[in-house]
Amino acid sequence: MVDLAGQNLSLDAAVSRRAKRRPVPRWVITCATIAAFVLAWEIFGRDVNPVFGSYPSAIAVAGWELIESGELGKALLESVQPFVLAYALSIVIGVPLGLVLGRSRVAEAALGIFVTGAHAMPLVALVPLLVLWLGLGFWVKVAVIFLMCVFPIAINTWLGVKVVSKSLIEVGRAFVASDFVIMRRIVLPATLPYIMAGLKLAVGRGVVAMVIAEFFTAISGLGGIIINSANAFDTARMFVPIVVLMVLATLLNALVGAIEKRVAPWQAEMAAHD
Amino acid sequence: MGEVSLVDVSKQFTSRGSNPHTVFALRRVSFTIRDGEVAVLIGPSGCGKTTALRVAMGLEQASHGHVMVDGREVHGCGHDRGMVFQHAELLPWLTALQNVAFGLEMKGMRGAALHDTAMRYLELVGLKDSWNRRPHQLSGGMRQRVGIARALAIDPKVLLMDEPFGALDAQTRESLQVELLDIQARTGKTILFVTHDLDEAVLLADRVVVMRDGELQEIVDVALPRPRGDIGALRSSPEFGAIRYRIWQALHQAPAVVH
Repeated sequence: MVDLAGQNLSLDAAVSRRAKRRPVPRWVITCATIAAFVLAWEIFGRDVNPVFGSYPSAIAVAGWELIESGELGKALLESVQPFVLAYALSIVIGVPLGLVLGRSRVAEAALGIFVTGAHAMPLVALVPLLVLWLGLGFWVKVAVIFLMCVFPIAINTWLGVKVVSKSLIEVGRAFVASDFVIMRRIVLPATLPYIMAGLKLAVGRGVVAMVIAEFFTAISGLGGIIINSANAFDTARMFVPIVVLMVLATLLNALVGAIEKRVAPWQAEMAAHD
Repeated sequence: MGEVSLVDVSKQFTSRGSNPHTVFALRRVSFTIRDGEVAVLIGPSGCGKTTALRVAMGLEQASHGHVMVDGREVHGCGHDRGMVFQHAELLPWLTALQNVAFGLEMKGMRGAALHDTAMRYLELVGLKDSWNRRPHQLSGGMRQRVGIARALAIDPKVLLMDEPFGALDAQTRESLQVELLDIQARTGKTILFVTHDLDEAVLLADRVVVMRDGELQEIVDVALPRPRGDIGALRSSPEFGAIRYRIWQALHQAPAVVH
């Protein structure tokens, strides 16, 4: 009896101990691993020849110099302007294209192969041709980024339309909705989660396209700083735009995610309920 | 008025593949549902009952024959027929109220009238307080009530219901059956109802259309008084049992002559 009581007591203690221990928040874990990574890089990076590598404090100093001289701000603007325009164009063209491909048997048979083909093709290979057509300025960047973004958006939209429940479309038909109304009121909202996934994919590809365009056309923007610094063996300086690009792409993805929660809140709610 | 007829309707599907062959989902089916009547289509799966309903709705086109509503031939879907789907099929991004309003909007209704009418029909199915909930926040039974309200709201001449209670648990199903009887008594709607549940058929129907292998097997009159009243007592009454057995027999007769 005594033993049993003792066991119960220790069980109670264990339960209350466990209840008291709060789980560590995710962001704390994330920040800790980032700090550990930066610290390790700082310690071991110093041993590397500065031509072949760099370390955070040196990159920070180089970054500060680039900010002070106004070079970074100018480069960021040069890069972001064509990106925003090209990304917006790919949405305006990619989404309707995907909707039509998904809904029209004829359009799918006629154009589908071009879209999948263009998506699979290494579009970087087209850059020399685009330079011939558009020169080395702003518009060639827009074209490269657009070509890299529009196909993932179109293909995801197309795929989304294909999996819209037939019954939901029949609801539209049963209540005598026109094809256009079915598209706008049923197909488009049902496809939104797929469209948003396409937009996220396009952010990643678009940032890659932006840098490629800056490497191969007029050396300018963030990609320009990378190339020029690398050519001058200034590796710390080269890392600055890389870090900026990484942060930029991450922020853009988060932005698309936030927009998704606004325009398609039922999706997250449904997932939470399942 | 709300009289629907299928006139000599056949529906054939050609299966594609290595061995294409033609399957008759419906073979020369004719019946008329009178104004204000509840007709139940019953039969085993694959008997063509759902196809018959879909042809009546206009979601499926008859290969032969035609559909008449109040003596006029109809083509395709129309606001004179309201469809209640098997799994409610509410639009997940709309609230209950917006879902009911959807059908009305398609009919051209706008503004305050739209809101008021949609709300009135939500109230009819007892969901006035849940108007702002999205489908995933509603139970299966509540979803189907919204589906019924959506179809009723456009004030169709005929309500077409495709196994609407098939996916619900027994108790929810029973309460919705009672409610449907009540709504039908109040609105006097003509209803064509598809089910494979014998009890449900007898409980709801004025006449039961028994189908098998795409053909109309028999039409059984359900001579039970309306309103049906206490369905528990009704279910255990000998009259109920007799009609139920009559339909059971029709379902289990020797197969129709092979064509």
